[in-house]
Amino acid sequence: MADAVQIPDEAEVRARWGNFAFTPETMEKARAIIARYPAGRQASAVMGLLDLAQRQVGAETNTQGWLPVPVIEYVAAQLEMPYMRVYEVATFYTMYNMAPVGKFHVQVCGTTPCMLRGSDDVLAACKSKGLIKGGTTADGLFTLNEVECLGACANAPMVQINDDNFEDLTFDSTVALLDALAAGKPVKIGPQIDRQTSCPEGGPTVLKDMVTENHDYRGEWK
Amino acid sequence: MEVSLQDKDRIFTNLYGFQPWNLDAAKKRGCWDNTKKLLATGQDEIIEIIKASGLRGRGGAGFPTGMKWSFMPKTPTPERPNFLVINADESEPGSCKDREIIRHDPHRLIEGALIAGFAMRARAAYIYIRGEFIYEAKVLQAAVEEAYAAGLVGKNACKSGYDFDVFVHRGAGAYICGEETAMIESLEGKKGQPRLKPPFPAGAGLYGCPTTVNNVESIAVTPTILRRGADWFKSFGREGNAGTKLFQISGHVNTPCTVEESMSIPFKELIEKHAGGIRGGWDNLLAVIPGGSSVPLVPAAQIMDAPMDFDGLKALGSGLGTAAVIVMDKSTDIVRAISRLSYFYKHESCGQCTPCREGTGWMWRVMERLREGKADVSEIDTLFEVTKQVEGHTICALGDAAAWPIQGLIRHFRPEMERRIAEANGGQMLEAAE
Repeated sequence: MADAVQIPDEAEVRARWGNFAFTPETMEKARAIIARYPAGRQASAVMGLLDLAQRQVGAETNTQGWLPVPVIEYVAAQLEMPYMRVYEVATFYTMYNMAPVGKFHVQVCGTTPCMLRGSDDVLAACKSKGLIKGGTTADGLFTLNEVECLGACANAPMVQINDDNFEDLTFDSTVALLDALAAGKPVKIGPQIDRQTSCPEGGPTVLKDMVTENHDYRGEWK
Repeated sequence: MEVSLQDKDRIFTNLYGFQPWNLDAAKKRGCWDNTKKLLATGQDEIIEIIKASGLRGRGGAGFPTGMKWSFMPKTPTPERPNFLVINADESEPGSCKDREIIRHDPHRLIEGALIAGFAMRARAAYIYIRGEFIYEAKVLQAAVEEAYAAGLVGKNACKSGYDFDVFVHRGAGAYICGEETAMIESLEGKKGQPRLKPPFPAGAGLYGCPTTVNNVESIAVTPTILRRGADWFKSFGREGNAGTKLFQISGHVNTPCTVEESMSIPFKELIEKHAGGIRGGWDNLLAVIPGGSSVPLVPAAQIMDAPMDFDGLKALGSGLGTAAVIVMDKSTDIVRAISRLSYFYKHESCGQCTPCREGTGWMWRVMERLREGKADVSEIDTLFEVTKQVEGHTICALGDAAAWPIQGLIRHFRPEMERRIAEANGGQMLEAAE
């Protein structure tokens, strides 16, 4: 169970977010999500709408976004759900930020497969650049958190920063990545070594035909 | 007895994404090839073929897939339709196979969804993908839209006369939602807290309707099984452990990777062929967690020649799980490696059942003390006893999953735990050590 969250000061938050409403583009996406579920089952869309809301808050604040209480109330009203039911969902799942975060939310996987491959080095690299676990840097650029397995274990160690994965990291490549992000330079998503996705480093041991052409193996079926 | 799996028998030919995932490219690899004819096989006959193929669920438990489908009502009503829920909440530490299917070959999954959904008379499939798979969810959604636009799913899917919808549902970061009833709760817009069973989902699942929850890999292999026949699939692996399987090799190997191999391939062969061997050589191997974090570790000597399948690993007191092979060499702080898993389970406990909510935190705290030897030898026994009190006393299997890694550690590495305690006590060797 995630640790108890700190809900930021209510009056201040309400002053800033009390008038929150989806933009027309967000509303269109929200309607598409609601349409995936049977009539009367619109509560099923709550996770999708909270995600949209957090992204819109992020766009308005130039951060990854978070869920102020009035925004949660807005989502609840959209789905005709009691506020508390939506609040429960928002606090249960780790991807909803219950407090403001920086422009880049650096989520270092620290679970055993990443730990074995050097997630300590990745965290040390983050700390060497002034990132603080559980906090945001003074310039508002980076929030650092250690998270649980993100499902990229064959490319460990890895970090997810906002929507992108950076994999096969070392101390040095993590430092280089953070430097590039801070400087607003383009970064390479995925493995940070010379490697195609989860294929072995140095090239595939199987399905070598696929490297150069979209091979159809059906001709070789008996 | 092992014959190496040949490329022509691999199902996931675009596993590494060298080629595009889109519909055109997928069709050239054999997806959606006369799916109408496959559906014309008939609902009950498809279930029989899947049963005969020996396919066991790829999500960890290894329950026979065809049998699971056969539990669904044969005559659903419009008011109470059947649902297929596809579990793409891949969150088990070590597991990273469904991700490759979804981002590189999503049409195998969508075609499988139609076939499985048709066989179990479902009106729709919900694919529940973990929230952190952001790119993967985008690819999957785009692939679903391609399939709709081409008339492959939706009304009169593949011109079969059968109406079938496929919806993508994104999670938001909760390991427990990989448990089937928690997944259903989450799909309904609630906290992902597992339900008591019975009623089982096949009786009352999503929105109270009959529901089957299947893993991504289980669903994605079904079109190929129908095309090539049950006997083809069954020709791989030992009796009762049929098929090809995606293995995910992480940890202290030279080249970690995900690879499709024949079920029952011996551990050493798997690692030598695809992962470049153990870092520092085979003498440097300490232990292996062969099936994802929830299964007990196996020491080097026992795993070396073990067949990587459900029964072979069960015989070693462990399990195949999701075939997420976590390799640890002798540089590993084995107590820390397991303690980190204890932290994972503490973090991911949904908080519903007391033995798990309180037990996972308690077990982690004791593990952290044992890591540094700041404990009494008798506490190892107490810890073992507590794991036994958590195991089997919770609604879902998360309590078991938290208990088993610790039990495996104590079973195989007790001398190391005692050595640390002795060391912390000023090098004084205790009677029980070594």
